[in-house]
Amino acid sequence: MARIIAGIGSSHVPAIGAAIDNGKTEEPYWKRIFSGFEKSQAWMRETKPDVAIIVYNDHASAFSVEMIPTFALGCAAEFPPADEGWGPRPVPTVQGYPPLASHIAQSVILEEFDLTICNKMEVDHGMTVPMNLLFGKVDKNSHWPCPVIPLAVNVVMYPPPTGHRCYMLGKAIRKAVESYPEDLNVVIFGTGGLSHQISGPRAGLINSKWDKAFLDNLSKDPQKLAKVPHVDYMREAGAEGIEMVMWLVMRGALDDKVDEVYRFYTVPASNTAVGHIILANRPRPAKPAGRHKPAAKHKPAAKHKRAAARAKPVLIRSR
Amino acid sequence: MARKQQVYDDIPGTFVFDAERSRQGFGINMFCMSLMKDENRRAFKANEPEYLKRFGLTPEQTDAILKRDYNRMLELGGNIYFTAKLGATDGHSFQHLAALMTGNTQEGYAKMMLGGGRSVEGNRSRSGKDAPAPLVAGGTPKKAVAKTKPKPNAKTAAKSKSKPKPKSAKRK
Repeated sequence: MARIIAGIGSSHVPAIGAAIDNGKTEEPYWKRIFSGFEKSQAWMRETKPDVAIIVYNDHASAFSVEMIPTFALGCAAEFPPADEGWGPRPVPTVQGYPPLASHIAQSVILEEFDLTICNKMEVDHGMTVPMNLLFGKVDKNSHWPCPVIPLAVNVVMYPPPTGHRCYMLGKAIRKAVESYPEDLNVVIFGTGGLSHQISGPRAGLINSKWDKAFLDNLSKDPQKLAKVPHVDYMREAGAEGIEMVMWLVMRGALDDKVDEVYRFYTVPASNTAVGHIILANRPRPAKPAGRHKPAAKHKPAAKHKRAAARAKPVLIRSR
Repeated sequence: MARKQQVYDDIPGTFVFDAERSRQGFGINMFCMSLMKDENRRAFKANEPEYLKRFGLTPEQTDAILKRDYNRMLELGGNIYFTAKLGATDGHSFQHLAALMTGNTQEGYAKMMLGGGRSVEGNRSRSGKDAPAPLVAGGTPKKAVAKTKPKPNAKTAAKSKSKPKPKSAKRK
């Protein structure tokens, strides 16, 4: 069966993509940012996922204001990079994985999450920048290392889905993945954020204290995070900081208890605080079949006392 | 029609692009979206007022666009990801727009960002709601979690395993 093995959170700042595309990654300003992803790229090469589900948002590229789907799942065979006004980014077309994508669509909709299905869709920096950060630069004529299932979330028009809704969708996605028969290792990305505001007189807002609390809770107490109201994100982390709810889809798709493999944080990348985290599900003991964890069950997230001992060789700590 | 006040309208210096503004600003945003095409950019630049007639804008919206009053565009329903396309059509970097919106110079804005950005302190509320949100307030009572004693095997595993290094230690 397919299984989700890890979740990745990453900012998707467009200027990061521009720095890659224009060969500026060695400039000190950008190197500060890219160096924070070197270990992650090594981790990714070692992890070799078969499929990545990437939760991201479109920025007036594939979706304008004519149609604003709250959750849109990409079921196409491929997703070309969108022209965001400077020509499409010089990255390969993203290959989809339609069999699993349509399985997820059917499963999740019957779990009462009313997805929009996209059988044709272009993807913008919201998706391709995190791919570059985790997979490295990939020549336009080459291939990304694994197929991708995009999940576009409306975080541009208020209200986006609540953090709790995102979290529960993650759980439904996990259930869908685990009911898919093919033997696949799947990773899931939550992208966007962290704190930033790019609109209005308050533009430039950054709140590192908030960001740290967000990452801490994402790792250890996501249910608490899932209760944070939108206005708190907007007030504390900036009008556009509300993108962070997308990380909760990723977190919901993971085990309640995860290992934090890696974390990186730096300010700024253009107008934004860059945050990055890798959370890994713990290896599951070989179990007699049939142990299904019901997604809706509220299990207390025991804080404190982690089972510290799980042998976990891939842990890399950021300093 | 007066805008219905929302809880987030209390956030200073911020025009939240909500469903009401989305409807109100449809023309502004569709105009900006049209600038993705070169032929449209050229038509706009050739005669701005004439080109804008295609989009059903109000006089206030037209005026804000012609004056490049980005804050006013946001207030009247523009969204930043869309209005940024107008800035790009004018040949400006995003930072230029940010400086305009914040009443700063571009250099001053860039410097603020390098210095860690604009602080949230003093920038949370128009009405004095300056207390940090619970997530960052620190002393919030952890929501009492029913203590089930779930993971017996995690416990025993922890015991038997010799790995004492708390891998999730508080990172600084």
